[in-house]
Amino acid sequence: MIKSSFSNIQSEYLALIDHTKCVRCKRCIQNCGWGTYSFGGDKILSDHTKCVACGRCYTYCPEGAISIVKNPTVIRENGNWKENHIKSIWKQSETGGIVISGMGTTFKYKKYFDHILLDACQVTNPSIDPLREPMELKTYLGKKPSKIELDFNEEGEPILKTKMPPQIELQTPFVFGAMSYGSISLNAQKAMALAARALGIVMNTGEGGLHDDLVPFGKNIIVQVASGRFGVHRDYLNSGIAVEIKIGQGAKPGIGGHLPGEKIGLDISRTRMIPIGTDAISPAPHHDIYSIEDLRQLIFAIKEATNYEKPVSVKVAAVHNIAAIVSGIVRAGADIVYIDGYTGGTGAAPNIIKDHVGIPIELALAQVDERLREEGIRNEASLIAAGSIRSSADAVKAIALGADAVAIGTAALIVMGCHVCGKCNTGNCSWGITTQRPELVRRLDPEVYGERLYNLISAWSHEIQEVLGAMGVNSIESLRGSRERLRGVELTDAELKVLGIKHAGL
Amino acid sequence: MLKLKNKFSVERDISGCGLCGIINAKKVKTTGEDIKKAISVEHDRGNGLGGGFAVYGNYQDYAELYAFHIMYDNLSAKGNVEEYLKNNFIIEKEEPIPTSKTSKIKDHPYLHRYFMKPKSDRQDKLFHDLGDDDFVVQSVMSINEKYDGAYVFSSGKNMGAFKGVGYPEDIADFYKLDEVEGYMWTAHNRFPTNTPGWWGGAHPFTLLDWSIVHNGEISSYGINKRYLEMYKYNLSLKTDTEVITYIFDLLVRKHGLPIELATTVLAAPFYQNIDKMDNKKKELLTTLRQIYGSALLNGPFAIVFGYSGGMVAMNDRIKLRPLVAATMGDFTYVASEEAAIRAICPSPDLVWSPKAGEPVIVKFEELVAQKGGLIGL
Ligand code: SF4
Ligand code: SF4
Repeated sequence: MIKSSFSNIQSEYLALIDHTKCVRCKRCIQNCGWGTYSFGGDKILSDHTKCVACGRCYTYCPEGAISIVKNPTVIRENGNWKENHIKSIWKQSETGGIVISGMGTTFKYKKYFDHILLDACQVTNPSIDPLREPMELKTYLGKKPSKIELDFNEEGEPILKTKMPPQIELQTPFVFGAMSYGSISLNAQKAMALAARALGIVMNTGEGGLHDDLVPFGKNIIVQVASGRFGVHRDYLNSGIAVEIKIGQGAKPGIGGHLPGEKIGLDISRTRMIPIGTDAISPAPHHDIYSIEDLRQLIFAIKEATNYEKPVSVKVAAVHNIAAIVSGIVRAGADIVYIDGYTGGTGAAPNIIKDHVGIPIELALAQVDERLREEGIRNEASLIAAGSIRSSADAVKAIALGADAVAIGTAALIVMGCHVCGKCNTGNCSWGITTQRPELVRRLDPEVYGERLYNLISAWSHEIQEVLGAMGVNSIESLRGSRERLRGVELTDAELKVLGIKHAGL
Repeated sequence: MLKLKNKFSVERDISGCGLCGIINAKKVKTTGEDIKKAISVEHDRGNGLGGGFAVYGNYQDYAELYAFHIMYDNLSAKGNVEEYLKNNFIIEKEEPIPTSKTSKIKDHPYLHRYFMKPKSDRQDKLFHDLGDDDFVVQSVMSINEKYDGAYVFSSGKNMGAFKGVGYPEDIADFYKLDEVEGYMWTAHNRFPTNTPGWWGGAHPFTLLDWSIVHNGEISSYGINKRYLEMYKYNLSLKTDTEVITYIFDLLVRKHGLPIELATTVLAAPFYQNIDKMDNKKKELLTTLRQIYGSALLNGPFAIVFGYSGGMVAMNDRIKLRPLVAATMGDFTYVASEEAAIRAICPSPDLVWSPKAGEPVIVKFEELVAQKGGLIGL
């Protein structure tokens, strides 16, 4: 086939330089991971086709000389043939491949969190001032017995007989979502580990194994076992506070993963326990789990290997029949179920999957919580909700819908500078997050961003305390599953029914 | 129009209130005169839309039988319910609940009482092996839920609830409580804010021999309700008080928690205090919070809770509603206002304001009231 000399695909953004301001310090050249800038002898040149609007250059330009603008050249507007359809066709006709990108879907689906409003106290019950009264956020994740078992001594005093299954103690109901070493840099993982330790919460290794540098953070780490089984060995399973079996991910339900060989350097190869330069391929299914009873075997194999001292979490993507699926997972012995909605992030996924597969976390969560209650097994497992929790308000609503805790993925990367450009799959992230290029990784200082992550989660926790106080409760468990404190706006009867909430005004 | 059940389009009933309780630890009986006098001092805490009393020890002659008090909107409802009762219970005695005409109480429903025990060969035995208590609970719930125009408002042994729409002092006259004797009394004066008065909505709320009078609003109602539904409690009344009763029933009767521990579930100590306790206590209370977090009653409340073994009075974990206690000999008094106690016991031995979350527990076999829940552990 003759390679055509032109491309229909125009640059999406223009990297414009104000040459009257520019002092030719060349920082932009250094900072851009995509090679947009070069020096043309007397001035900075920009190759617009390379710009992804990741925001690094203008953040670090000392003169404020750079502006990134959307390419004003239009593709003729058409309500049916949208720009993304046309561009995908061009791209695929030129490459013959699947269109892949990073981060979550860019489609503008209805965001249910934005249609849910919270309650507050007026007159008949007092609100509580979180600055004056204790306001408890402590959360335990893990299986809870349905009733306590007691013995009584001669004096008739109760003695605890219940042997509590292992729990993860969280000082605030947040966890960092799973992001593997490989998909993100070690420095990005370290920032989360430092923050998790300081906050009394946990991070998650993802499926990339546990780097030696993170071993000391074990009490604040959930180690993941995914279909590729990278880096999984007995010590690994025992090195964290809990083990998570990853079945699916919100951004790409039913799809495996592929970390290209060029990203597998010495360090990643050691951590993942695969040869340098080989592609790390996570199969779509676990090849030892073709049914729910197989999942049970893996759960208990892990429990055996960890002496029943670690809660086992199962992560699934929110798909159509999620309530029945989670019920099965709980009955299979999972202590925690992590449900990832369709707007969740990813290092790389085919757009067709990212944009079209799965269901919103709000609906999935509401149905799962209700189903587990109907079956009388809600106590058997804790629920973590994920899939673009964008604010403390999203977190509060998720908890009131029934989540025990929420997971933060993309938001944590945004803390580290991510501008959600969606090009993580290229491995050129200028912020040093989703890249393994040493010169890029180096610029992400774990201490600095660890502190910023700490700040964010602390700020969100304070906001949750404010909301609890306004609702007149002083403990997060009084919010959990308390849908009576939620009302819907601009929702249909069907939507309200799925969410299990009333319309505002009722 | 008479209303036995909450048919309003609200998730639940909200009200402010006054309450009182009297218990004699040696089971010396008093008539309803004292409690009426005490609660009438708290007249302004209600608005005439609900008043009621629970009394223990009043049915000495039928002490082994379940005493059902049922209100009926009409005689056909009565017929339907009685058919159910006859099929499932041996009814030893039934009669209208004695009332006197008073100008203050108008439009009352038919009020009837039954002394009975479940049949050993009742129909449901084919499918279940429910104990008598469980069967009574199930019957109460099914009548209240499924039989239009009928509402069971008392179902315990050797105790009874007497309640209705009106100020409590008028309700006392209506039920002629000056002729009733008991060793433990509770009373309630209601100030509903979002529903008109309905007979079923007055306190006490009872189930078996549990009775609750309650002042407050449970801000955690939503999750408490969903938690109880998981254990198949049917919350048909949509009141906070119903939630509290069922939580006690679940914790004490079904899960075997001592009353003292049950109160630490309802008003759980803060983790910051639990962390300071010795290891054993810390583990016990942490485990309780982990397992029963959804049963924590959050929001303002003062409750007086009666059962066959005694009485518990307590506040929420940060004391957002008033509660005063006093002792005089074998008597313990609790009330929303000290004035109510002083009206019937002008110089008690001891008067105190129980701390947030710390229950006053009086058991019949014990002679002294325990001050503070955690001491009793
Ligand atoms: S960083 Fe700014 S000032 Fe420096 S060369 Fe680039 S555009 Fe010019
Ligand atoms: S992590 Fe980096 S590449 Fe990925 S979206 Fe964020 S800025 Fe872009």
